[in-house]
Amino acid sequence: MIDADITVAAASRMITYRDAMREALRDALLRDERVFLMGEDVGCYGGCYAVSKGLYDEFGPDRIRDTPLSESTFVGAGIGAALNGMRPIVEIMTVNFSLLALDQIVNNAATLRHMSGGQVSVPVVFRIPTGAGRQLAAQHSHSLEGWYAHVPGLRVVAPATLEDARGMLWTALQDPDPVVMFEHVMLYNMEGTLDAAAGPVDIDRAAVRRAGRDVTLITYGGSLFKTLAAAEALAADNISAEVVDLRSLRPLDAETVLASVARTRRAVIVDEGWRTGSFAAEVSARIMEGAFWSLDAPVARVCTAEVPIPYPRHLEQAALPQPAAIVAAVKALMGA
Amino acid sequence: MGIFRMPSLGADMEAGVLVEWLKQPGDAVARGDIVAVVETQKGAIEVETFEAGVIERLLVTPGTSVPVGTPLALLTGAGESVVLPSPEPQPSAPPAPPMRAPAPLPSPPPVTTATVPPPASPAARRLATERGIALTAVTGSGPGGAVLLADVERAAAMPSASPQPRGLDVVQMRRAIAAAMARSNQEIPHYYLSTTVALAKANAWLAAHNTERPPEQRLLLAALQLKAVALALRRLPEFNGSCIDGTFRPAEGIHIGTAVAIRGGGLVAPAIHDTDRLAVDEVMACLRDLVARARSGRLRSSELQDPTITVTSLGDRGVEGVFGVIYPPQVAIVGFGKPVERPWVVDGQVVPCPVMTATLAADHRVSDGHRGALLLAEIDRLLQEPESL
Repeated sequence: MIDADITVAAASRMITYRDAMREALRDALLRDERVFLMGEDVGCYGGCYAVSKGLYDEFGPDRIRDTPLSESTFVGAGIGAALNGMRPIVEIMTVNFSLLALDQIVNNAATLRHMSGGQVSVPVVFRIPTGAGRQLAAQHSHSLEGWYAHVPGLRVVAPATLEDARGMLWTALQDPDPVVMFEHVMLYNMEGTLDAAAGPVDIDRAAVRRAGRDVTLITYGGSLFKTLAAAEALAADNISAEVVDLRSLRPLDAETVLASVARTRRAVIVDEGWRTGSFAAEVSARIMEGAFWSLDAPVARVCTAEVPIPYPRHLEQAALPQPAAIVAAVKALMGA
Repeated sequence: MGIFRMPSLGADMEAGVLVEWLKQPGDAVARGDIVAVVETQKGAIEVETFEAGVIERLLVTPGTSVPVGTPLALLTGAGESVVLPSPEPQPSAPPAPPMRAPAPLPSPPPVTTATVPPPASPAARRLATERGIALTAVTGSGPGGAVLLADVERAAAMPSASPQPRGLDVVQMRRAIAAAMARSNQEIPHYYLSTTVALAKANAWLAAHNTERPPEQRLLLAALQLKAVALALRRLPEFNGSCIDGTFRPAEGIHIGTAVAIRGGGLVAPAIHDTDRLAVDEVMACLRDLVARARSGRLRSSELQDPTITVTSLGDRGVEGVFGVIYPPQVAIVGFGKPVERPWVVDGQVVPCPVMTATLAADHRVSDGHRGALLLAEIDRLLQEPESL
């Protein structure tokens, strides 16, 4: 066993988030013939973020299916395939476009198990790029994960690390119910070391990405690395920040969040969604319900400015949560 | 400018809760005036000022627990050059700051003291509730002075924060007694002496003295005992004072602490100031006053700070002798038991005679049994000459 571990460790290699996700797709396609990928430009073009590049050539048009520009149609088709025993992976180009398929996702995918009294289930995985930072303007850049997390019947996950990009998909495919997987567009080019043996990971638990004493920074997805950068900056000022990566928005692993907040007594939630009615608001409420008597400060939030995401780079960056704003929010809590 | 501080009302006191201000900004105070009421393990104590002046500002809001020595109020004082025309300089507590005279001063605008509780985090509130700590007693280190968990933990480390706003706290008093007595038995090498004192003369003198007095003015044997001890201490000053860090310091005055049992448990031993200078009737009046106030929990700070020796009498509880535990940093405690009729030899004849046991527990670091014996013998001698008391 020990020898095997060493061999595996030696086999880790540099990889991007995009490639890790592609590996996950390829692995799923190889392991389960019921799995297929469908979406706009996922085939010949290789995906608008190039995640599925090369898969069309390897697996052919039956399993890598280009669809018309009609989200409601192909999402509905994916749900139908799932109902009939397939394991579809449906890519929706961006979360903004997923609104066109919201009826299918919320009214059908999320409800059919319940409305059929458990006679049918919808084992579909929706892959949805989300977030801003690529100057794609207000119709391609929003973060609406919190809306999906509102809906019972859906599972909502947000892989932020290479391990999760590589490992969440297979686990999601094993879920008999629909899973919505949000991939932040700024993560695709992120490069790092991934174990060659990296494989499926759980999609239930939040993860403490950095341990700390003084404040818990709670985030997910694309904001994770900004938050880690803020924690690093805070360390220079002798403020020890713990960083919790939620990983799963629904169900929310409140236990990990509350345990961390109970230790640090302070919480800042970093969420690229807008503040009003945000997922950050839900996390804040959970903390109030479960850790109020442990708090040494009001819960704070760092969210996106309440504007449609601007196109100009400087305005886009100004609208988004940034490490400096996270640091400032923490310092305000600490009175530092 | 003078500073009115949280006094130390006993060797075991580390902090007290300011319960009530009896003076407000703008009020002129003279030395000895009662300025505030402080809650301690011994109950609510009326705290006097050593300094004259005008209350400039109140620094601590009622309900706040602060360590001994914390400034409670600022006094604008009087010109430094003016000497207080004090008719009888009271030899009182050692830490008395220099006296200053009251002088006509422009009254500062009256300041109303704010009693708004400080902002406090939920974690701080929960711990404060658990530990019975008033949040107003905690200095906050958070944003805007908010009290945080760590602040309450610090405050909780100070043991005497009282959960009750006022009145006697039997549990706290028990703790205070436990701490003082444990320290006494650990640190002070006690020695014990005992003698039997004939009371025929004292009783006869008391009977004559009380014949035409209404009950509330009658003298009790206790007054004679206290006065006899006080006068005996004039001759044997090594029993009257304090021993701190192994060094004995004789007290300047003789302020006998009189042990008073508190109903419901506990005891205090407030001082009768200058017992040796008081007539026995005055001693009796002081004793009555002290007992009443001790039991209602309204003693004065100087009465708790000043005792130079303790006298305990368990006679009315029916025991014949009491061997006391010295209250540190005092160096002696004199005990009187119950007067009983015993066969006594007077002029070669056995006669029935009222007697009582007088005891001494004293600090062997300061005195020896020989001197202790002289003290008891002197008390005995004085009680045989009650008219000289």
